[in-house]
Amino acid sequence: MTVAAPVKAAPPGRAEERRAGPLSRIRRSYDQFWYAWAMCAPVVVILGLLVGYPLVLGIMYTFTDATSLNVGHTIGVNHIPDTFSWVGLKTYLDILSGPDNQFWPHFWWTIIWTVSCVTVTVSLGLGLAVLLNRNVRGRSFYRLLLVLPWAVPTFVTIFSWRLMLADDGVVNSLFGAVGLGHLSWLSDPFWQKVAAIAVNTWVGVPFMMLSMLGGLQAIPAELYEAAEMDGASPWQRFRHVTLPGLRPVSSTLVLLGIIWTFNQFNVIFLLFGANNSDSVQILVTYSYKLFFGQTPMDYARAATVGILCLSILVVFTEFYRRWMRRMQGAQA
Amino acid sequence: MRRGIAAAVLATAIAVSASACGSSGSTATGSTANAGPVTITWWDTSDATNEAPTYKALVAQFEQANPSVKVNYVSVPFADAQTKFTTAAAAGKGAPDVMRSDVGWLPGFAQQGYLVPLDGTPAAAEQSSFESQLIQQATYQGKLYGVPEVTDTLALMYNKSLFAKAGITSAPTTWDQLKADSALVKQKAGVDGFAFNPSSYYAMPFLYGEGTDMVDVAGKKLEFNSAAAIKGITTLKDLVTSPGVAKLDTTANGYANIMDAFGSGKVASIIQGPWETTNVFKGASFADKSNLGLAAVPAGSAGKAGAPIGGHNLIAYAGSDAAHQAAAEKFIAFMTSAASQITIATKNATLPTRTDAYTAAVTANPGIAGFQAVLKAGVPRPAISQYSSLYGPFGTELTKILSGQESVQAGLSNTTVQAQKLLPDYAAQ
Repeated sequence: MTVAAPVKAAPPGRAEERRAGPLSRIRRSYDQFWYAWAMCAPVVVILGLLVGYPLVLGIMYTFTDATSLNVGHTIGVNHIPDTFSWVGLKTYLDILSGPDNQFWPHFWWTIIWTVSCVTVTVSLGLGLAVLLNRNVRGRSFYRLLLVLPWAVPTFVTIFSWRLMLADDGVVNSLFGAVGLGHLSWLSDPFWQKVAAIAVNTWVGVPFMMLSMLGGLQAIPAELYEAAEMDGASPWQRFRHVTLPGLRPVSSTLVLLGIIWTFNQFNVIFLLFGANNSDSVQILVTYSYKLFFGQTPMDYARAATVGILCLSILVVFTEFYRRWMRRMQGAQA
Repeated sequence: MRRGIAAAVLATAIAVSASACGSSGSTATGSTANAGPVTITWWDTSDATNEAPTYKALVAQFEQANPSVKVNYVSVPFADAQTKFTTAAAAGKGAPDVMRSDVGWLPGFAQQGYLVPLDGTPAAAEQSSFESQLIQQATYQGKLYGVPEVTDTLALMYNKSLFAKAGITSAPTTWDQLKADSALVKQKAGVDGFAFNPSSYYAMPFLYGEGTDMVDVAGKKLEFNSAAAIKGITTLKDLVTSPGVAKLDTTANGYANIMDAFGSGKVASIIQGPWETTNVFKGASFADKSNLGLAAVPAGSAGKAGAPIGGHNLIAYAGSDAAHQAAAEKFIAFMTSAASQITIATKNATLPTRTDAYTAAVTANPGIAGFQAVLKAGVPRPAISQYSSLYGPFGTELTKILSGQESVQAGLSNTTVQAQKLLPDYAAQ
């Protein structure tokens, strides 16, 4: 995408450039912008090495039956040759119509996980931002307090939650004290999912709140004054001034939230471990398990699940972008 | 124009050298010059708090005796070691010169060419002193790839005073008896009678008890779907849901929780191996070491009792250069010598692999004496490289079966489907 950007950005209006062949166009652009090309080169090379190469290799592996046993390697004097073969779309078919019931349960849980996490974090973040945007006493103290979960390293947060949610942990003692009984947060399949969403909310809300707060402060106060003069109720002001004013921020936040949550590896992996809690694994942790969680490591299937994740997100992002553009068009 | 090319070349050169810098991290096995002391890296997978001090002391002794070799001791958690080693070896750097490897990992490592054959090297000079069965387990396709360091099997560990409180005089010998005894302990002593660690390795006695295993190598069959395996796992599922048996802990802390509960007397019996003996003796209930009872795992309906034979070998990495390999072989010989094994056994209560290490002082340890008696019921694992890989899918499905997410049949047939990916030429039944 980075490579394609300058070509796309070329001004479309110049008729003489459009008529020239692509090669001479590149040459002309090089003559004119050689300095820009030189400046871009390191980024292009590094991105090519760090992103492009693994991506191409990953896509290649999805069409093979590669595992850690049959991919060639040399250890000292021992040389193991490549013996994996091309199997076409067999790995995809195998995963999508798998007789072992592995992919689809993880897929549906990933969707539920993403939708509920994003809904909860965005609405909580918005609510808290609106509260903190007013002139309350000790505002900066509250802000500091609410940013705290974000400032603590994620793994510390998650391990603390793991201790608190354990069978004899703080959460269960609190629940027991108010007579709600004893729940297996970390082992019962349903409560595992609830716990995962709750912990991810804890981790995700501060960022949403901060960004929303920034968006709120960018809405001119005159708009609220005008609305108040016209007799708008607080709810109407929120609905017709705050929400539309936040749209540039909130639409990006929702998109980011969906991509991050979909690929949220830390929470699931650190809260439950990779092997014992199969039903709570989302697609990325499932892919990790196929690669690192077993021997022989299954390169082909892990790569295929990874590529499927990527495709789902690319398709979704494209649709979301179009939908946002249409919304904005309708507004204007 | 020429300026442009020069600038582009310069920029590219900077980028390439920058990324090259990034990738050349510290390698554990860099090819250093032969002169001067050689530093070898050892990945020890023993328990970092209870067992590691003994090994560290031995490393210091070795360095004193061999001034030309330095040992970089690295403690690697057992659960991650196989993946870490495979990843490092596959990447061609970062792998240790010597590793303490589970006996089950050895065939897979050897098959992938990661290991140095040790026949005829100083490491295997005293080969004839070792138990022949353990040498057999360290051999892959006729070559010796590891030297046995410790051996183990699973046994029923029980709290004698809790059993006595419930009026139980001898350890249960069948799963049905264990079930009845657990109920009795709960009733009389007010604590859980038994706790099960929901992991495939610990479920093996339930398969052996019905006279089956995960695979039948001679018949080229996967046994998960067999009537015997279904019966064995059904027995297990019934046991873990019986009154007096601790609620199944499938959380990531499960293993540690069970050990804590047993050590503090909240659970009267568990299935465990000798590597936990030191840890158990630290528990409040076992201040008097004679309170720990050890018995063979209970038998299944076929009347057989069986537990997997495990243990660890010291292996040498094939990617190290000649100087490091020579030092590694010397180190392995030292760590598996009779004197070292006696030290390890007396300090850690793990079982030596050499017949000449079972001295009177070693067998006087109550933990070792108990396990030595149980070792007879040990079942060696078949010599196929994929065998230990089967524990993975079996473990995942076992958790689902035991926590009631799947029926025994469905879980075992899902296991079979995944096992067939590892062993495509085996029949599923």
